[in-house]
Amino acid sequence: MAYEGYLKEFLELSDIDVGDTVRVTKPNIEHEGMLLEKPDYTNKNTIIIKLSSGYNIGIDVKDAKIEKIKEGKKPKIELDPVDKQISDEKDNLSILSTGGTVASVIDYKTGAVHPAFTADDLLRATPELVDHANITAKAIFNILSENMTPQYWKETAEAVYDEINDGADGVIIAHGTDTMHYTASALSFMIDTPVPIVLTGAQRSSDRPSSDAFTNLMASVVSAKSDVAEVTICMHSSEDDPTCALHRGTRARKMHTSRRDTFTSINMDPLATIENNTLKINDEEVSYTKRGDVELSLNNNLADKVALVKMYPGMDAELIDIYTDKGYDGIVLEGTGLGHCSDEVIDSVSRATGEGIPVVMTSQCIFGRTNMNVYSSGRRLLNSNVIPVSDMLPETAYTKLLWAAGQSDNVDEIRKIMQTNLKGEMDTTLSQNYFIKN
Amino acid sequence: MSEDKFNYEELGLMMGLEIHQQLDSKTKLFCRCPNSLTDKKPERRIYRRLRPTQSELGEIDRAAYEESQRNLQFVYEAYNHHTCLVEADEEPPAKLNQEAVDISIILASLMNMTVVDEFHTMRKQVIDGSNTSGFQRTGILATDGYVETEFGNVTIETLGLEEDAARRIGEEEGKIVFRLDRLGIPLAEITTSPDMHHPQQVQQVAYQLGQILRSTKVKRGLGTIRQDLNISIREGARIEVKGVQDLELMPTIVENEVQRQLNLIDIAKELQKRDAKVETCIYDVTGLLENTNSKVVKGILEADNSGVLAIKLKHFAGLIGREVQPGKRLGTEFSEHGKKMGVSGLFHTDELPNYGITQEEVDSIRNDLLLEDDDAFILVAGPKDKAHNALNEVIERAKDAIIGVPEETRRAQDNGNTEYMRPLPTASRMYVETDIPTEIIDPERVARIASNLPELPAVKKERIQKEYSLSDELAEQLVQRNNAGLFEEIKAELPNMDATKIASDIVSTIRDLKRDGYDVKKLNKDVLVEIFALVDNDVIPAAKTEVIFKDACEDISPMDSVKKNNLEKLSEDTVAQGIKEIVEENKSMIEERKMGAMGPLMGKAMAKFQGKADGKIVSKILTKEIQNIIN
Repeated sequence: MAYEGYLKEFLELSDIDVGDTVRVTKPNIEHEGMLLEKPDYTNKNTIIIKLSSGYNIGIDVKDAKIEKIKEGKKPKIELDPVDKQISDEKDNLSILSTGGTVASVIDYKTGAVHPAFTADDLLRATPELVDHANITAKAIFNILSENMTPQYWKETAEAVYDEINDGADGVIIAHGTDTMHYTASALSFMIDTPVPIVLTGAQRSSDRPSSDAFTNLMASVVSAKSDVAEVTICMHSSEDDPTCALHRGTRARKMHTSRRDTFTSINMDPLATIENNTLKINDEEVSYTKRGDVELSLNNNLADKVALVKMYPGMDAELIDIYTDKGYDGIVLEGTGLGHCSDEVIDSVSRATGEGIPVVMTSQCIFGRTNMNVYSSGRRLLNSNVIPVSDMLPETAYTKLLWAAGQSDNVDEIRKIMQTNLKGEMDTTLSQNYFIKN
Repeated sequence: MSEDKFNYEELGLMMGLEIHQQLDSKTKLFCRCPNSLTDKKPERRIYRRLRPTQSELGEIDRAAYEESQRNLQFVYEAYNHHTCLVEADEEPPAKLNQEAVDISIILASLMNMTVVDEFHTMRKQVIDGSNTSGFQRTGILATDGYVETEFGNVTIETLGLEEDAARRIGEEEGKIVFRLDRLGIPLAEITTSPDMHHPQQVQQVAYQLGQILRSTKVKRGLGTIRQDLNISIREGARIEVKGVQDLELMPTIVENEVQRQLNLIDIAKELQKRDAKVETCIYDVTGLLENTNSKVVKGILEADNSGVLAIKLKHFAGLIGREVQPGKRLGTEFSEHGKKMGVSGLFHTDELPNYGITQEEVDSIRNDLLLEDDDAFILVAGPKDKAHNALNEVIERAKDAIIGVPEETRRAQDNGNTEYMRPLPTASRMYVETDIPTEIIDPERVARIASNLPELPAVKKERIQKEYSLSDELAEQLVQRNNAGLFEEIKAELPNMDATKIASDIVSTIRDLKRDGYDVKKLNKDVLVEIFALVDNDVIPAAKTEVIFKDACEDISPMDSVKKNNLEKLSEDTVAQGIKEIVEENKSMIEERKMGAMGPLMGKAMAKFQGKADGKIVSKILTKEIQNIIN
C-alpha cells in the first residue's frame, strides 16, 4: 500500500520514495533504514523502515525530520530458467494454479513475499518435482479460494479438460483450502476423467520453512501418476509431515480452521495414503475409478442459483421464502439430525416445492445419512416432496444440485439425478469404521 | 587488575554482548499456554521436516542451507494442556503478550533506551528444528540506550522481544527430538554495540545487565539466561560465541579466542608463503584400506554404502596439527566442520600413522593421490554420501585457512575454549510476520511505566540493610532470592517484630524446609504474618517458628500447631518458680563456682522449660537468683 495524505506529503517534501535509505531524526532518537511500503493495518501516522539488522520498526512522524541518504533501487527479480528435464520416460503432469500460493519467493530486502505463479517459479521452489514427471504449470486464476464461484468452477473444468485432451497423464490443481472441497465435488460431476485430477493446497503458507505445501505437492504428483482416475484432494493425513491422504473429491470436507490435516473423508476412509513417494490403497474392498476406465468428457452446464441453508432453532421461515420468491433453481437444506426442520420451515419448504423448486435434504451432523421416516417432521417433509440424499455431504449436495439443475428443468429428473450415485458421493451401506476417531 | 595476556588495544579487540533472558510473564509470548517448562512425560509426538525458503535471488541463506543439507527430520514432544496448537505450528499465533511488553518497557527504561513507536513482529528463519514454524518470531522494542562502566559508557543498541526456541531433548534414528514446553517463552534480547575493548569491561557490563534484569519479572535459575559474546581483532574476524554461562569465564574465553585468531592468522601467513592450495576433488580410497587393521575404519566399512574418502591439501603438511586453542588443533576445526554432516570424525596426515592406520597404508594413499612431501591429506570414513558432504565442508574450511579467520558462530565450552557451531547467519533472514498485527506503543504507557521503575538490586540491598538494620549477608540474600518484597510486606504489618528473625527465617529456615521437600508455597505472606505475629505477641518463643512452618506446609493452621505442639510460652511466674527450684537443688555448686555456675544452670533451665521460655528472661531471672545467693 502506498503512503497517503499527510505521510505522502511528508515524504514527497524530501523526494523520498519506497526503497530509499533514509535517516529519521526525532528529538530523542535517530533511525536509519530503508523505507518500506506501508502495510494496510498500521497506525496512520507511522512510516515503516527496515533497519540494517533486518528488523522493521514503525516511526511516528510527529516531530520527525527525514532525509534521504541513498536512492533505492527497485529490486528486480530475475531468476534463471529452470531445467525441466523433459524425458519420454516420465509421465506428463499439468499443474494448474488458481491462486493459493503453492510456492513463494521472499524478497528479504523488503521482506515482501511474492507468490510464485509461473511454472518456473513453482519448479524453482520445488525442484524435486521434475525428478518424477514432466511438469507443465499454468496459472488459470489468481483469486482467494473464498472468492471462488460456480463460474470459476466451469472455467477450471474447461482448463482441466484441455490439459487431459492435450495428453496430460494427470492434472494437479493448486487451490486455496477454504473451498477446495466445493471445487473438487463440482469438478467430479462436470468431468468424466480417464486420468487422476488432484487438488492440493497448504494450511501453512509456502513462504514458511514449515509449510505443508511441498509435501502435499510431492504427494499430489505421486497421486496424479497413480491409477486413481478420480477427482481427489491430497493433503496431510495427520499433524506429522511425511504422510498424506488422498480423499475422494465428493467426500472430503475441511474440518479444522488451521491444522494441516484439516481435510477428512466423511462417511468413508481416505482412498489412499501416500508416504515416501508411494501410494497405497487403504481398503481394497472400496472400489474406485481406474485409469482409462472412462472416456474423457466435459459437461459443465450448471444452474445459476442454488442455496445452501442451515436449519437452526428459532430460524425464520421467511429465509426459505426469499429463495422461492427470488426464483432460485434449487435449495439444499442442512437439516438437523436425520434430516429435520421446524414445522414453520416445513410450510415454507412446501411452498417452494409446490412452485417446482427442488429442495434437497442433507444433515448438519455431517456424519451418517438422512432418514426421514423415523419422526413425523421427516415424514411431513417427504410429503412435501423434499429430496433426501442419504449420506451425501451438504457441500456436495450443493454442487451436485447446481449440476443436476443444469442438466434438466424437470424436478423428477433432478430428483433422480440427486438420488443416483454418480461419483462415489453416496453409498447404500455405511461401515462402522467411518466416524471421528482420535 | 591482573596483567593482561595480550595488548588488546594494539590487537584492536572489539567485543559485543548479547543477552537472552526469559521473562516471567504468566503466559507465553504468542499463546496463552503456561510460561513454564515441565518434566511430565510427553503426551503427544509430532514428526516434521523443514526446508529453507528461497529468497529473491533464488539464494537460500547460508546457515539455513547448511542445516538443510543435513536433511534432518524432527520429532516434537507436546502435551495435551501444557502446549497447544500454536507451538505445534497448527494454528496462527495469538496476540502479543502485553505483560511481556510491559516488562520489556521497564527494562528499556532502566537501560536509558527509547521505545519504538510501533513494534513489528518479524520472522527470522531458523531451520535447525528448534522452531516448529522454521522461524523465530522477534521484534525490536527499544533502541539506543547505555549502561555505565569503569571503562566508560557502553551503548545498548537494541532491546528485542522474541520467543524462545523449543528445548532439545536428544536424537533418535537420525531425528532430533525437541520438546515444545520452552517454545514461545518470552525472551528479552539485549544487544550492546561492539565497542567494548577489554575483557573485564564485558564482565562488568554483563554483571550490570544482570542486575537490571533481576530487578524485574524475569525467570531465575539455570537456562533462563543465555549470554553470547561477539569477539574480533583487527586482522581476524567476527566470531559469535554462544552460551557463555559463567561471568567469571568471560575473560578466559576472550583470551582463548584472541589466541585462536592470532594462531589462525599465523597459519594463514605460512600457507600463503607456501602457496598452499585446496583441491576440490574428492577421491575414493576405500580400496587401499580394505584390509586395514584399524578397528575404527573396519567397523565403519562393515556397513553398506560405506567407504573412505580423501581430499588433497597442497603444502599443508605440519600445519593441520598446529595448536590453535589450548588442546585444539587446526585439524580439530576441520573435524568440527565435517562432523556437522553426520560423520564421526576425520584423520589427517599430521596425526598418522595412528588409530591402527599403518605407515604403509599412509604411503599407499600418498602414492595414490600423487602427494608431494609437504602435501597433506584428510580421510573421512563413513556412509559415502555423508563422508562426501563432510569433505566438502572440510574443503571450504581449509580454503578459509589460507585466507585467515573465517566468521562463524561457535559454542562456549566449560574450559573457556570454543567449538564450531555454524556459519554466521547472514542478515537477510528476516521478513514480516503477517499473522500478528503491529503494536502501537503509546508514549503515555512508556511514561507511566518509566515513572514507576523498580529499584536495582544493589540499591535495594543497601536500602533494606539500613532501614531494617539487617546484616549485610541477610540483606544480600533477601535481594538475591527475590524475597525482599515479601520481607518488607511482612515487616509493614508487624512493625515491632524483630526484622532479623523474619529475614533469617525467610532466607534460611524456609529455604531448608523447601530443600527437605516441604510444600513451602503454602507459606504465603498472610500465613507468615500470622506466624510471626505469634512471636511478636509473645505467644510462642522465637525459636519455635520452624515447627509451625512445617505444620503450615501441611495445612495445619498456626494456632492449631501451637496447641498440637504445646508451644505456648510459660508465664514469667512459672519460669521464676522453676528457676528457684533449680537454684535450690544446685546451691552447693553456686557457692563453689559463683557466677561460673551460670552456664550449666542456664542449660538445665532451658532443658526444663523445653524451649517454652524466652532465653532472655530465663537468663535475667537466673542471674538475679544466683546473685541473691552469692551476695
